[in-house]
Order: sequence, then C-alpha cells, then structure tokens
Amino acid sequence: MPTATKYELKMGSATREAFGKALVAAGKADQNVVVCDADLSKSTFTALFAKEFPERFFTCGIAEANMVAIGAGLASSGKIAFVSSFSCFVMNKGFEQLRVTVAYPQVNNLKVVGTHSGISIGEDGPSQMSIEDLALATSLPGFAVMSPADEVSMYALVLASVSYPGPVFIRAGRSKTPVIYQADQKFEIGKSIELVAGGDLTIFAHGLLVAEAIRAAEALSSEGISARVIDMHTIKPIDREAIAKAAKETGALVVAEEHLVDGGLGVKIAQVVSETHPCLMEYVGIQNTYAESGTPEAVMDKYGLLARDVVAASRRALARKRA
Amino acid sequence: MATMTQTASLEQLEARCKTIRRHIIEMISAAKSGHPGGSLSAVEILVSLYMGGHLHHDPSNPTWAHRDRFLLSKGHACPVLYSVLAECGYVPVDQLNTFRRLGSIYQGHPDRRFMPILDGSTGSLGQGLSLAIGMGLAARLDQSPSRAYVVLGDGEIQEGQIWEAAMFGGFHKVDNVVAIVDYNKIQLDGFVKDILDLKPLADKWRSFGWHVIDVDGHSLTALASAWDEAKATKGKPSVVIAQTIKGKGVSFMENNPKWHGTAPNADESALALKELA
Ligand SMILES: Cc1ncc(C[n+]2csc(CCOP(=O)(O)OP(=O)(O)O)c2C)c(N)n1
Ligand SMILES: [Mg+2]
Repeated sequence: MPTATKYELKMGSATREAFGKALVAAGKADQNVVVCDADLSKSTFTALFAKEFPERFFTCGIAEANMVAIGAGLASSGKIAFVSSFSCFVMNKGFEQLRVTVAYPQVNNLKVVGTHSGISIGEDGPSQMSIEDLALATSLPGFAVMSPADEVSMYALVLASVSYPGPVFIRAGRSKTPVIYQADQKFEIGKSIELVAGGDLTIFAHGLLVAEAIRAAEALSSEGISARVIDMHTIKPIDREAIAKAAKETGALVVAEEHLVDGGLGVKIAQVVSETHPCLMEYVGIQNTYAESGTPEAVMDKYGLLARDVVAASRRALARKRA
Repeated sequence: MATMTQTASLEQLEARCKTIRRHIIEMISAAKSGHPGGSLSAVEILVSLYMGGHLHHDPSNPTWAHRDRFLLSKGHACPVLYSVLAECGYVPVDQLNTFRRLGSIYQGHPDRRFMPILDGSTGSLGQGLSLAIGMGLAARLDQSPSRAYVVLGDGEIQEGQIWEAAMFGGFHKVDNVVAIVDYNKIQLDGFVKDILDLKPLADKWRSFGWHVIDVDGHSLTALASAWDEAKATKGKPSVVIAQTIKGKGVSFMENNPKWHGTAPNADESALALKELA
C-alpha cells in the first residue's frame, strides 16, 4: 500500500518568490550573473536581485523580444544572463530571439524564467495565461526545460541552471504552492523524483499538479488503488528511464499538467513510451482552448486541473488496463 | 445615424466622467484585483470619444459596418472601457461588479469571446496600433468613412511592434487612424523615466511621419479639438499625446505607481467614492 500520507502539503511560498531568492544567492556566488527585466520585476521577484546588485540588473522596459536578445548578447560575452517576465510574454514575444540568438548559436549561458505560468493566475485571464510555454521551450534544440513544483525544488533548480551547460527555460507560478520537499532534498536536472511508490498505475505531473497528484494518490489508496507519483520537474531532457520503468511495471500512465495537452509533458512521455514499453495513457491538461478570468480555484476547477480530475483519469486508465 | 450624445454639454460630460470613475473603483474593489491607475487616467479620453460625439458609433446597431473602430490596446485598463460601454447602453451597468469573475462578460482583459461588440481582444501590450492600422487600411479599401482609434499606454509603447506599426502607418499614410498615448508617466514597476524613457516623444512620432497633437488629457475641450484636428489632417496618421495623471480623480492614487495594479480595499474604496461623489 502506498504511504502517501507522508506529505503534509503545508502551504509554502510561490515558486516565483523562490526564484527571486535563488537569483540573489546565484548573484552572490558568481559576479557574472546578470538579470534583465521587462517591467515586471516586482511580480517576478527579480526586484530582490535588483536591490542587491543594481549594477548587474537591466530594466528593458515592456520589450520582451529585445530583452531576450540583449540577454543573448550578454550571455555570448561571458555573462550568465537571466531574462525574466511573465511566461507568456517572454516565450511568445521572445521566441524568435530564443531560436536565432540563443538556441541556434548555442548560447549556453542564457537562462529564461517565465513566471505566472498556466491558468492558475486566475483573474487576469487568457492574455496573461501561459499554456503553451513548455511546447515552445521544448521545441528549441539544446534547451533544458523545467517546471518545479514547490519552493524547495525551484530554488535548487535555479541554482543548478547557473552551471548547466546549456540554455534553460524554467517555469514558475504566481500562486502560493504547497511544500513537497524537505530542505535537504537533492535535485538533478533531467532526473525525475518518485514521490509515492505504487504498482497499479503511474501519475506523472509537473508544477502545481504535483501536489494534486499526491492528493489523488491518497484518494485512490483509500479505494485500494496503488498509484505511483512521479515529479517530472524536468520536461527536457526527459527522464526516459523512469518513464520506461513505470510503463513496464505499472502498465497504465496518467499525465497531469497545467498546460495544453498539445505539446505538453503528456505527448513527450507518450513518445518515450511508444519507443520503449507501449502502454495505455490518460491525459489531464487543457484541451484545445483558452481559459477565462476567475479566481484561481474557480478556473482550475472549471478547466479540470484538480486532484478530483487526476483521480477520474486514473480510474479511466485502470478500467482500460483491466478491460 | 449614429452619434448618440452629440449634444452633451461640458457639464454633462464632466458628470459622466465622475460616474465612470465611480464604476472603476467599485468594479476593481468588488473584484479585489485589477488596474485602477491606468483606468482612471484614460477616463476623459474615452468619455470624450464615446459620449462627446466624436467616435461614430450606434449602441442600437453595434455591428454597423461604418462605425468607427476603437481598441484599448492597454487592455488592463478595461474597467474604463466596460464602464463607458455600459453607460452607452451596450452592456448592462448592473453587472459591472461581476468584473473578473468566472463567466462574466467583464473579463480581466477585453475578450471578444465574452463581449462580441469589442473590436479586439487585448491584454498583451504592444499590438493594438498594428490592428488599428489594419482596420484603417480596410476602411480605405472599402471607401468607408470609418476611422480607427487606439489607446496606448506610455509603458506599452516601449514595445518594438509599436514602432514597426508607426513606421508602416506613416509610410502608407493611413490618415484615418488616430493613436492616443495615455502619457501618465508611470508603468508597472515605477516611473517611465526610470525604466526606459520615451523622450523626446513627440519628435519620435513626427520622425515616423505622424501628425502630433499634444494635449491635456483631462481637458474635455482640449480633447474635442484634438479629435477635430486629427480628422482634418490628411495624408498622415495622427497621434494624440494625452498628458495625463495616473490615478486621476482619487487623490491618494494620483501619480503613485502603487496603484497601477492594486485594488482598493473596502476603506480605500469608500474614501475614493467619497472624493468622487
Ligand atoms: C507584452 C506585455 N508585457 C507585459 C505586460 C504586463 N503589464 C501589464 S500593464 C503593464 C504596465 C503598463 O504600463 P502603461 O502602458 O504605461 O499603462 P498605464 O500606465 O496606462 O496603466 C505591464 C508591464 C503585458 N500586459 N503585456
Ligand atoms: Mg503609463
């Protein structure tokens, strides 16, 4: 039986805040770390870095495409450049620059952090909701792409990205997030973490949906269903080993994410599964639509991104497995 | 035809401005989120256009082909747009307080899926000028008298696309387009001059081939003559640089970056409404 109950899921800080704190630590450790902002430094928490290291902080104004290429210039010249904005603006407006001034010429020291990702920003609505950022970022050859679930993993992965030998995209959220990890947990880019052991099926999740997946596993365990939960904090390079193992051992996979199903983690896992141990899969994510304004809770509820939805998908997967 | 309040007196329009400001405060305070500063700075601009007889529109015929087009490119200021559209009779006044709630037509940023009378869905800054110029070009092709008005934020015009559009509008002489810069000197993180200054702003537009009209953006008479001057200007698009105050009308919000995207709490809201009584 799974021991899902070891997770208290106490509310912690938002991953964007952990990003800001990690940036300050990175700036202290290495004076080559520089930061570019596009008029959102208070929202992205890069303001913490600006306060500490004003001479290494550049206000670019509301001009995300330019910001990315300025960062690429800095990163091509010995700096470790973080560029940050809401995920939708830096990825959508900066995409061509990420492609041509970063990915293609292999500018390894450019690190992108997109905050306010997903639909859990709530009231601002679709124009600020990033639901395609992972599809875009993972399409860039050479990029590492991460979506940490809590403050602990965010902090560690931002620091890991400083020395990572390649460009990086990290996705952060707006809302406060339950704490999943102990402070001493080790993280490695590209290596997923099994949070709950289980043999009947496997739930893969990233970002906010990791906590929902844990809650779902708890609910399922009370029905006698043993669900494995894996935190896929890194979407790319993807942890093929953990996926193949889960497919082989549990034979049914559910992928839960606050992203369009098109181009999200689910289809990437499906690719690995089809190449290793083909098995049935179910997807929890945003289905071919834009969301709308509302409280974060109401929006996550309407668009089906709660533990309840992960439970339903798990039941469907198990029913298919047993059929 | 079209313009409902052509004869509104200055006093009537000023009273309308107060009503709109009250709606703005009430909506944002009910929603507990939203953008008061940039909504309040644009009140006279929208009231003058929609209620002063300058924008050709007809609330009884919202899809009238020859209506003037209006885009709030700085979509976060939608409380001012929703309030004005409601007071014109397009959408219900009594639902303004559903702003930002699930299912409301008053979405957090203007959304045509929920409010089809809008000429565009905005919220990602920097794109409205291009859209307006496209609409102006279409009207020219169709030999329609329709004009396109677009309100831009001063922070917003840091976006490169604005200047691509400006170059295009000047080159193609799209003289049925009027851009309005709500020059309130403040963006999200602070003062424009400290983040990425725009000066010399009028010269920039002029050098891109635009006719520049610099006005007090809170003076209804100055705005009225600006629209007339723009209409009379042929062979060039016009830009109205509206000198405004962010948070205008609520003393503690005026010229204070804090009120870009902060909702007033119950006490602050009561205080603001008292000032606007
Ligand atoms: C492309 C884009 N980048 C960033 C934002 C986030 N944002 C919303 S409002 C704002 C500041 C806008 O300032 P300004 O244009 O001066 O508007 P106003 O002062 O009239 O409110 C920012 C950065 C956005 N909506 N779109
Ligand atoms: Mg401004």
